[in-house]
Amino acid sequence: MTTTVTAPTTETPGRRTGAPRRPSPLRDVATMTRRESRRALRSVDGLVTAFALPVLIMIVFVVIFGGAIGGSTGGDYINYVVPGVLVMCLGMNSSSAALAVSQDMTSGTLDRFKTLPIFGPSTLWGHVVASVVRNLTSAALVVLVAVALGFRPDAGVTGWLGFAAFAVLAVVTFTWISAVLGLVMSPDAAGSVNMIFLFIPYLSSGFVPVETMPEWLRGFSENQPFTPIIESVRGLLMGTPDGATIATGCAWLAGFLALSLVAGSLLHRRRTAR
Amino acid sequence: MNDPMIEVRGLRKAYGRHEVLRGVDLDVRRGEIFALLGPNGAGKTTTVNILTTLVRPDGGTATVAGIDVVRHPGAVRRRIALTGQYASVDEFQTGEENLVMMADLAHLPHRSVRRRAHELLDRFGLTDAAGRRVATYSGGMRRRLDLAISLVSDPEVLVLDEPTTGLDPVSRTQLWDVVRSLATDGTTILLTTQYLEEADQLADTIAVLADGRIAARGTASELKALVADDKVRVVFDDATSLAAARGGALAGVDGLAEAEADDKQLTLTLPSSAPVHTIREVLARAEHGGLEIAGVSVVRPTLDDVFLALTQRPAPQATPNRTPQETRR
Repeated sequence: MTTTVTAPTTETPGRRTGAPRRPSPLRDVATMTRRESRRALRSVDGLVTAFALPVLIMIVFVVIFGGAIGGSTGGDYINYVVPGVLVMCLGMNSSSAALAVSQDMTSGTLDRFKTLPIFGPSTLWGHVVASVVRNLTSAALVVLVAVALGFRPDAGVTGWLGFAAFAVLAVVTFTWISAVLGLVMSPDAAGSVNMIFLFIPYLSSGFVPVETMPEWLRGFSENQPFTPIIESVRGLLMGTPDGATIATGCAWLAGFLALSLVAGSLLHRRRTAR
Repeated sequence: MNDPMIEVRGLRKAYGRHEVLRGVDLDVRRGEIFALLGPNGAGKTTTVNILTTLVRPDGGTATVAGIDVVRHPGAVRRRIALTGQYASVDEFQTGEENLVMMADLAHLPHRSVRRRAHELLDRFGLTDAAGRRVATYSGGMRRRLDLAISLVSDPEVLVLDEPTTGLDPVSRTQLWDVVRSLATDGTTILLTTQYLEEADQLADTIAVLADGRIAARGTASELKALVADDKVRVVFDDATSLAAARGGALAGVDGLAEAEADDKQLTLTLPSSAPVHTIREVLARAEHGGLEIAGVSVVRPTLDDVFLALTQRPAPQATPNRTPQETRR
């Protein structure tokens, strides 16, 4: 006689339901922001770029070059140069997103993220938020050291708030530009994106007045975006804000931001497509 | 037994004019360990990338837990996890931070994120290293962390793409133990490998992928029977003994007619379905005929033999799978 026994199917209760989990873009961006902050703050390179380099660049300009350059700017060179140094540092500090994005694209990490039910561009927004936080801290440090060295800003509460808002816009834009470059560049190339933010500000009114430059360069210097951007910061910090200059600076930043948002979203979707 | 977790029918995929998959059929039962065995370029990674929704197939169908991977990629992703050929963990984060991050991205309830991370660290023997940055981890520890991360959302199916390539023998054995324990707990496991031994050790069912098609499937012993007998290799002290052995001193030993001699290595290799018996025969006759024998060994069928037998063509060189192209696609 044979008895057929059917084994009961065992199911682990409460697990493996595969139930759809609700999308939560804010949580995704917060998680990615923590990741990017760790990446930046845990490498010697990241720490130097974020905090040591901005202070060193300012010290070099104020202490070493300041004496020689000072005459042409009328008054204290430190008051003239700190806004330029600040903007340059915001740019360089944002540009680390290029290398990070590029590294993610070429490592297996991206494939892993792709198989998760996460908000698509949350990695990019993680870079942006982490960059804003890092940059504002770094800018505060630069301002403090500058004040110790003799920088005397003349801004009221509105001026400082205006500067903070303007800096956030600048950092978001610079970070998005860098992220877009990271999407199309190899990690080797992406490592040198900071050169853009290091050299182009030199060709503006940030460090020396445009009038002291050779004539063939003045056309570029007066009209390139870093000049109105730095002049806006200068106006806000020195208590002489000029509406038209700030509007031009904001227009440049908003334009670049819109372009990189569109390009970045399209490129990111293509790079993560199946 | 008829409870399919993965069903693949006529799967095709080409990159440009290069046809990687030319009609692959697979059936993986719930709870089994299934090995996809094949050399570099056979299409293993492409197959798992399609199953894990990373790549879209050109033709055919694939379902995971009955869900179509093309039509409902999101639902498939909630049930399947992939551990790729390279440990995709962040070096600048600690083991615990990596796990917590992935638990957050998998949208686990906030209160269970840490508990889940600690469970997995414990299970994979990483608790002591939890607070250290991954940059300080060994290759084996990275793979274990990678595997732990894959399990964060408790997938029904775990896909392991060449999980032990590049690992030392000790780490490899540890990883095998982990895979077995996962299967015991009811996770369905699909693994790709180019090592017959790995498939032999782990898998309930093995499918051999060659040239974009399934060349054979079955249990390890079924495949071995398909492939080739074991071989007995006799190493002689000198050329005279080898010549004498071929000249009739070993007459009567099974398989002598198909034996291959190597004059440089001074070896004679005989196919044998009963290696112990063959060795006994060889030694007895050598003793009797005064042949000088330096050593005798049993040669098991290799992956190369499997491919030779199944595809009737020389196997591509089985080197560690390090071509980034294959993974990037």
